[in-house]
Amino acid sequence: MDDTVILRVDNIVKTIGGQCILDDVSFSVKKGRLKVLIGPSGAGKSTLLSCINFLSPPDSGSISLDGRAINGSSKKELLALRQQVGMIFQDFNLFDHLTAMENVRVALLKVKGLNKQAATNRAMEELARVGLADKPSLYPAQLSGGQKQRVSVARALAMDPKVLLLDEPTSALDPELIGEVLTVIRDLADEGMTMVMATHQISFSASLADEFLFMEKGRIVERGTPAVLLARDSGSRTQSFCAKLSELAGDASCEITP
Amino acid sequence: MDGFLEFAASRIIPALNAGLWTSIELIVPASLLGALIGITAGTARVYGPRLLVRGIDWYVAAFRGTPLVVQLYFWYFALPNLSVGDFRLVLSPVWASVIGFGLCSGAYQSEYIRGGLLSIKRGQLRAAQALGMTPLQAVASIVLPQAFRRALPGCGNEIIYLIKYSSLASIITVNDLTGMGRSLAKATFRNTEVFIVVGLYYLALVTVATLAVRFIEKKLEIPGFEGKKD
Repeated sequence: MDDTVILRVDNIVKTIGGQCILDDVSFSVKKGRLKVLIGPSGAGKSTLLSCINFLSPPDSGSISLDGRAINGSSKKELLALRQQVGMIFQDFNLFDHLTAMENVRVALLKVKGLNKQAATNRAMEELARVGLADKPSLYPAQLSGGQKQRVSVARALAMDPKVLLLDEPTSALDPELIGEVLTVIRDLADEGMTMVMATHQISFSASLADEFLFMEKGRIVERGTPAVLLARDSGSRTQSFCAKLSELAGDASCEITP
Repeated sequence: MDGFLEFAASRIIPALNAGLWTSIELIVPASLLGALIGITAGTARVYGPRLLVRGIDWYVAAFRGTPLVVQLYFWYFALPNLSVGDFRLVLSPVWASVIGFGLCSGAYQSEYIRGGLLSIKRGQLRAAQALGMTPLQAVASIVLPQAFRRALPGCGNEIIYLIKYSSLASIITVNDLTGMGRSLAKATFRNTEVFIVVGLYYLALVTVATLAVRFIEKKLEIPGFEGKKD
């Protein structure tokens, strides 16, 4: 496997309203790997992800993409960075006045400057990739949650990102709709997309992730491969958190699916 | 009301038709000016820097908080008395009216636009920026088109108000519908007939505007933005 580091996060600190949300967080992601952020709500997972593309700029620390450190005070660099870092939100954030196809196309037109024909073709390709080739003209209000999230994945992929940030992509979905989104994510992982994902789908991500990062109170308190952290006798925080989640969900699936 | 129809046909309608055109010349530019000011000021109030927001708040407070008649008097009678150095601005009655109506309407329109903008979830702005759009691109191509749809019923209402308050131009000597009607009534002493027909003319204008706004609403309607839902 390719061992180039695509994304590097060093010593990120973020304080919001006097409260320390991220406290000296560092990690790096190699090409084609999936890092998974786990932890209770309020641990700082979402904030960490939005620090990476400077939607909420970190107070200190550095972000490097493809070996280049990002200068957070240069607007131009930030715009360039965001084109290369895709983001998937918990509540989709589709553009409500645009159809599925237009949602995918709009940034190709406005940001990449593609002509209408090329952008439309590309948008249709991406919709097909997430299994929505038959729904290009539906508006967000006409799509199910799972379909909306797949459109948002297509929208991010159309920009050819080097890394994809996923902020609890299935947490706002009805249980029966989670599967279709997870399938898309699994396909991406198989195709070698580099990803950082915050999620509570621990057993699902265990089969795909190369490393789990367990966060609590703004720090990464545990890290390691899913196999090590989820081993029944590991005594890890990750294991007990996962056990608690599956107890609440009423299934005993806190194991690695081979 | 002896010979009403004949009087209406021979005197009222010709006089009012002349005034109607003047009224339209007031209403159309003033509502365009109002919409332009409203969209700019409303957007600036939501996304602008604090100092600008403060300034626009003052503008809105001044124009919503004083009677329109007083504003018209100011533009027409008071402005020529003010000078900056050697520069003195004297407005014709029509210009004073258009500017007066436009500025006043813009203050109200900015409220509707502001409300529309605030109703759009912030997440969409984040999503647009996450794709690499500049804040200006994100607002212009993502937020404004949605906010405009949400604000449209209110903005349409404001244009209907504008049609009716355009009649105030007659008090600064513009010969609009109301002005022509008043002259004719004075000359003939047939107040009842004249003002009934003047009223009907405004009713017709408002009806046309209502239908036009509804047509635009229908035209722009998309799922999730239907008029009487949520």
